[in-house]
Amino acid sequence: MSGWVLVLVETDSLEATETSLETLTLARGLAERTGPVELHAVLVGTLDAAVRATVLAQLGDQGVTVVHHAQHDELAAYSAAAWASAVAGAAAASSAGVVLAAGTPRGSEIMAHVATRLDTTMAAQVVSVADVDPLLVSRQVMGGAVLELMELEATPAVITVAGHAVEITPAESPQQSEVREFTPELIESDLVGRVVRVEEAEADDTAALAGARVVVGAGRGAGSANGFGDLLELTDLLAGALGVSRVVTSLGWRPHHEQVGQTGSRITPDIYIACGISGAIQHWAGCSSAKTILAINTDEDAPMVTKAHYAVIGDLHEVVPAINEELRRRTG
Amino acid sequence: MANVLVCIKRVPETSGEILLTDDARDIDARHVGYTLSAHDECAVELAISVAKATDGEATVLSLGSDDSVEQIRDALAVGCTAAVHVEADGSAYGPADVAAAIAEVVRSREAGGTAYDLILVGNDAADTGDFQVGVRLAYALGRPVLTGIATVEVTADGRAIAKGKGPEGTEVFELPLPAVIAVQEGGIEPRYPSIPGRMKAKRTPIETVASPVQPSGNGRVRLELPPAQPSVVEILGTGPEAAGAVVDLLYRLGVVAK
Repeated sequence: MSGWVLVLVETDSLEATETSLETLTLARGLAERTGPVELHAVLVGTLDAAVRATVLAQLGDQGVTVVHHAQHDELAAYSAAAWASAVAGAAAASSAGVVLAAGTPRGSEIMAHVATRLDTTMAAQVVSVADVDPLLVSRQVMGGAVLELMELEATPAVITVAGHAVEITPAESPQQSEVREFTPELIESDLVGRVVRVEEAEADDTAALAGARVVVGAGRGAGSANGFGDLLELTDLLAGALGVSRVVTSLGWRPHHEQVGQTGSRITPDIYIACGISGAIQHWAGCSSAKTILAINTDEDAPMVTKAHYAVIGDLHEVVPAINEELRRRTG
Repeated sequence: MANVLVCIKRVPETSGEILLTDDARDIDARHVGYTLSAHDECAVELAISVAKATDGEATVLSLGSDDSVEQIRDALAVGCTAAVHVEADGSAYGPADVAAAIAEVVRSREAGGTAYDLILVGNDAADTGDFQVGVRLAYALGRPVLTGIATVEVTADGRAIAKGKGPEGTEVFELPLPAVIAVQEGGIEPRYPSIPGRMKAKRTPIETVASPVQPSGNGRVRLELPPAQPSVVEILGTGPEAAGAVVDLLYRLGVVAK
């Protein structure tokens, strides 16, 4: 492996996203193991002055020496191809040996474009770097139930980093990042797939679910669309969010945006209270990053129970109302 | 009229326990069986609904071993009306190989007079999770591409209106056709096959073509099962009597609002 390590950093309305900081931490480890290699970042699009200052401070803390900041009038609306053009431009400018982004929907989409444009290999959902020469990464397959050791021969290598696989740590020697503004060369075809409008999200608590400290989970054991009353009450009592298994959304009991799993949200709460959920791999892929898991299930051999930290053996329709009552009693 | 090609992949079921083959190069799914990725199921459903709405045809394509015919028949049973099986040892293929092979098959069929206005793929496969076949296929064919799309409609003047979830709400895109779209679960419910549908699927001819590419590989060294978490589940109790212990735990974890 040769050349600098470059990270696409995503931002929200306030700062660099958590998954981008995780990606920077993994990338810094990769750069340090490779030798005298600098860590660069690329930002795409104009940022509010206060956000820009916050992001640059975050990147400095992560040890980023150079920030390539792409600005262009045509970057006001998101288009994966235009973003990829900007990232590929920064990769060329920084002679990148490895280009990384968080494995978010956008990060994954942009990196697929970048890898195709640079005619190179992409490893998705990487959790760790096993070796740097040759570059060997461990990545999630089967929704995280299996890890694949993958060799990346081509340069630059393109990597997306799985969410919550890496703990964010600051660099030992923080940097005052040098900012290099640049204007990517965009062509008409880069803008064809741009967002033409954003519709107001309906009552959709996806973001709340992904960020909730407490998630109450419900599976087939809820029994029917009418079986969620006690679970919703527990959710309210703990100021948490409701998350459901794929069975529940497939049966039409609850909307898809509440789904936790490989094809739903990935959650990272302090506690996940999984009620009447067997714990299929599809579901485990979305909830395994919970700090503590409490399973409530009639079947003590269900995977959700055997993988949990705590369990109550019983019918959720009896156990959950009792928990609600006890909570109401103690919180008065 | 929109002719739609939907590309699907046979993948191991993820509902049972996962075993690896002895050489740890692959998943041993003999006992759990195979299925379609959830995203692929939704891509099939969208292909059928777009074809019906525009009086077009929905063709299903799968690259893989002979066993992939099982998943092709599933797609025929719910309403695809034509099928192409690209014969290949999929385990030797990386995402770039799969995209190159499909692109070549699409080009040769188009040269033969069968053109596709819209090509749908699943956003990422449930097994290999590469997140890139759709994008690579689009570049190989010189077509625009979207990923993470939940719903697609094709207008009378031949544009695709696609919607997907973005960071600030539902994002709307308008693409000129032909185009490639990678579909994600969440916008539509896949239909179940009917008995007549299954019967018809059995009779529908499946065109078989040999893969037109030599695969360059996928970099896989081996698979590993993540270290098993120490099984130290603490049983707090049985039935409603456990409520006290549960609430104690919630207080200990500091998740009860004061």
